[in-house]
Amino acid sequence: MTRPYHLLAIETSCDETSAAVVRNGREVLSNIVSSQIDTHRRFGGVVPEIASRKHVESITVILEEAVTKAGISLDDVDAVAVTQGPGLVGALLVGVVAAKSLALALDVPLIGTHHIAGHIYANRLIGEIEYPALALVVSGGHTELVLLEREGKFRIVGRTRDDAVGEAYDKVARALSFPYPGGPHVDRLAQSAEQEIELPRAWLEADSYDFSFSGLKSAVLAEINRWKMKGEEPAYGALAKGFQASVIDVVTTKAMRAAAEFGVRQMLLCGGVAANKGLRSRLSELCAKAGLPLLIPPLSLCSDNAAMIAAAADLKWRRGEFTPLDMQAEPQLSLERWSVAT
Amino acid sequence: MRHMSDREHRDYRGGNGTAFVWQSRSEADTARFAERLARLCGPGTVLALDGDLGAGKTRFAQAFASGLGVRDIVSSPTFTIIKEYEDGRLPFYHMDVYRISLEEADELGLEEYFEGNGVSLVEWASLIEPLLPPERLHIRLEVTGPTSRDVVAEPRGERYAAWCRELGMLPV
Repeated sequence: MTRPYHLLAIETSCDETSAAVVRNGREVLSNIVSSQIDTHRRFGGVVPEIASRKHVESITVILEEAVTKAGISLDDVDAVAVTQGPGLVGALLVGVVAAKSLALALDVPLIGTHHIAGHIYANRLIGEIEYPALALVVSGGHTELVLLEREGKFRIVGRTRDDAVGEAYDKVARALSFPYPGGPHVDRLAQSAEQEIELPRAWLEADSYDFSFSGLKSAVLAEINRWKMKGEEPAYGALAKGFQASVIDVVTTKAMRAAAEFGVRQMLLCGGVAANKGLRSRLSELCAKAGLPLLIPPLSLCSDNAAMIAAAADLKWRRGEFTPLDMQAEPQLSLERWSVAT
Repeated sequence: MRHMSDREHRDYRGGNGTAFVWQSRSEADTARFAERLARLCGPGTVLALDGDLGAGKTRFAQAFASGLGVRDIVSSPTFTIIKEYEDGRLPFYHMDVYRISLEEADELGLEEYFEGNGVSLVEWASLIEPLLPPERLHIRLEVTGPTSRDVVAEPRGERYAAWCRELGMLPV
């Protein structure tokens, strides 16, 4: 295929409204995310959030900006990709309806795409993925270890049984009286603290790649409570550092163990929590020691965005696996079942 | 922005009707209670669940889901707001409204879940009190020790009051 092709992608699974144009599956021509827009200029001070009405208000503006900034015309669009799930049904619906309408109007194929496949394939926008690969997906709503035996074939080998890493961070931040979302505050506090309060690690069953963070959250609360009861000076920094150490130890140890067991040739870190400095540096260190190449997308491709949806949709575009126009938003869409057919 | 103190001292039991309590000695005890409660539920049941951070709301919801026959992993819905499970005896809608405003919750169309054929369980429900249906069962988990809890129930509607008595809860 020598003629360049363009995928127009839409992502509205949660808080962000985003649209992107990606050329030949890898070259990001535009990637517009609502929170990055000058909200006062565009939305009269209203920041688009989870509610579907906010997505409705911003979707056309974002789409227009994505196409304009990409320097293409709508006639150059070869397929429309959209996040089909998982996510909030009302939020997903806005993107799905917009994508279907566009695909119909432009008479181009529609590609319903999995949000987590997007996070994983954001890595293909920055480098070549070597298979088998292991993806550590860490975000507000997800914590999963996903094995990619070959391109587009997803197998979940571990997942959280309670809080996602991002949720655990936000809840601990809440306990330390940081405003929501407080994850980045905890990361900063942990980075700057010198002392560390040792907290438990939840390893679960010896052979399990699953995660659990609720016990750790309880341990943090118990420590804060103990300070209150005894009237001691709270050592928030040391507590944040201990919390961060426990999370990172468990997450990276399990990821490295899975990488060894499945004999992967590459580690992929993805999702919004990939922004966490402690996690990035510890995983880099462990992968370097094991001689395992590691890919981490830049921050703009880690948080929810539409370019990553185009990158995942490209798997299906190249195989001609399109989605019928009667596609529905699926809040619980399965990643494994979204794997490529061929 | 929101802080713990804004929401933790809300007097929960100032409402109408009688409150009931069930004293749990351990996490397993609370889980068994949640499973028993799940067996009483029918289509359109709405459980409003409150309790401080770490009180065990999600743990309660997990045991409740298991009592409904849900086999999937029931993980926290804090980030996603709503998680739906279809593999139990009834559809199970697990919600957490902590991170959204009343206005945003209103725009989510929660009433479609409440009025649907499934069972809704809303964590941090008191934050969206005006949006809750008139008939519902309020449950508050009160921390009484490291793993012991008081399960305080305030039924709105006779159906839910009957459940409290059937579960052997004591009026307070």
